[in-house]
Amino acid sequence: MALSQADVLAGIKEIVEEVAGIPAASIELDKNFTEDLEVDSLSMVEVVVACEERFGVKIPDEKVTELATVGDAVNFIVNAAA
Amino acid sequence: MSQRRVVVTGLGATTPLGADVDSTWKALLAGQSGVRLLTEDWRELLPVHFAARVATEPADQMERVEMRRLDRSEQFALVASREAWKDAGSPDDIDKERLGVVIASGIGGVITLLDQFVNLNEKGARGVSPHTVPMLMPNGPAANVGLELQAKAGVHTPVSACASGAEAIGYAFEMIKNNRADIIVTGGVEAAIHQLPMAGFAAMKALSTRNDAPARASRPYDVDRDGFVLGEGGGILVIEEYEHAKARGAKIYCEIGGQGLTSDGYHIAAPDPEGSGVQRAIKFALANSGLSTKDIVHLNAHATSTPAGDVAEANALRKALGADADHVAVSATKSMTGHLLGGAGAIESVFIVKALQDRLAPPTINIENLDPAVTVDVVRDTPRQLPAGDIAALNDSFGFGGHNVVLAFKSL
Repeated sequence: MALSQADVLAGIKEIVEEVAGIPAASIELDKNFTEDLEVDSLSMVEVVVACEERFGVKIPDEKVTELATVGDAVNFIVNAAA
Repeated sequence: MSQRRVVVTGLGATTPLGADVDSTWKALLAGQSGVRLLTEDWRELLPVHFAARVATEPADQMERVEMRRLDRSEQFALVASREAWKDAGSPDDIDKERLGVVIASGIGGVITLLDQFVNLNEKGARGVSPHTVPMLMPNGPAANVGLELQAKAGVHTPVSACASGAEAIGYAFEMIKNNRADIIVTGGVEAAIHQLPMAGFAAMKALSTRNDAPARASRPYDVDRDGFVLGEGGGILVIEEYEHAKARGAKIYCEIGGQGLTSDGYHIAAPDPEGSGVQRAIKFALANSGLSTKDIVHLNAHATSTPAGDVAEANALRKALGADADHVAVSATKSMTGHLLGGAGAIESVFIVKALQDRLAPPTINIENLDPAVTVDVVRDTPRQLPAGDIAALNDSFGFGGHNVVLAFKSL
């Protein structure tokens, strides 16, 4: 099932807010998970698992390290779901 | 170097009787029970349908995002430590290399362990939280408090079942005595109200099964006592080197005189009926504190409401204190809080500090018929006034494995 970039971004905002307590309003495509949003490595694992469940995609561990920004994650998920 | 003295400068608690020290102490003096029927369906699996849950859920005292990466025992530790630290005057400008944390738990993050095992079976390995290990490790409560306060003198977790909380305070006391630290946040917590640990205790026949009257179930020293009531929560003390506390103008509650530690070498769970290990621990605590049996006016007993344990302890107290036991007001506060396991020695130490401050020994409730084998002076139903002047009190705690810990507190 195809997912829109906007849908995925909205979903990630919810997940990151739930997992790491970061207000959805401050989560934007160009924000870096570690440096800007201060999502630590353990919480990042939670974000990845929650994204897999929510969007029905598989995010391999070796790909996770490449997902530096919210935009990277959105693009990966949109492509994986296409 | 002159002899370093250790004083108490802060208190914190979350218990079946209250969300903090003041509400807990008030309910304790009023003789209220914190024991209630469990609301969970799983209680039907067990012969015991009740326990003593905390009066206020951690969710009402901390942020949701913080909670979700903490085991319930760690939540209790943070809630109580924050209160204790604030009570000590929030001394955030102290040298963090002289600040320690010693917080015990008897069982650690057992609820996390069991919940994540369910996740593993239902969702596979990816369903297991990445926070599982930091949540289940028994040193997690101490580690989280140490992290929050940036304690760098050492963060420790002694484990000795139901003596753990008292052993933690004794360990912290030694750290200050030995000049490893000037100020320590110390105590014990437990969060084990879950069907598995409860089934385990029930299988040992250690729990009361008085399902028709939960609030009457924890009845230390009563002839019809039939086991302990599982409680949860924790107690925390800020303890400090005397000169350090004076120099920063801290409020000082009392002094910790010393501790006595022994082991029974008798049985993994049963108390030694001769109680020689308990007697030796009392003697060591008195000697370590420069006290004699004449100085002791109050004792918060371990007294869990088990048929064998209460009498074995009372006999040991009578032997160790001799005729001076006649002026020792013995309180069994588990009659109201239930048994907090690794938190017990800590919350009961908080009660002793309050007793010395208010000069009131808390009551023991639910004694309808005092067991004639109990030969100590039990404070029943209402609080008892303690004498003016210099007084001292003891807290004894014992754990499965034959651990005996006695802490001595002195008025200042």
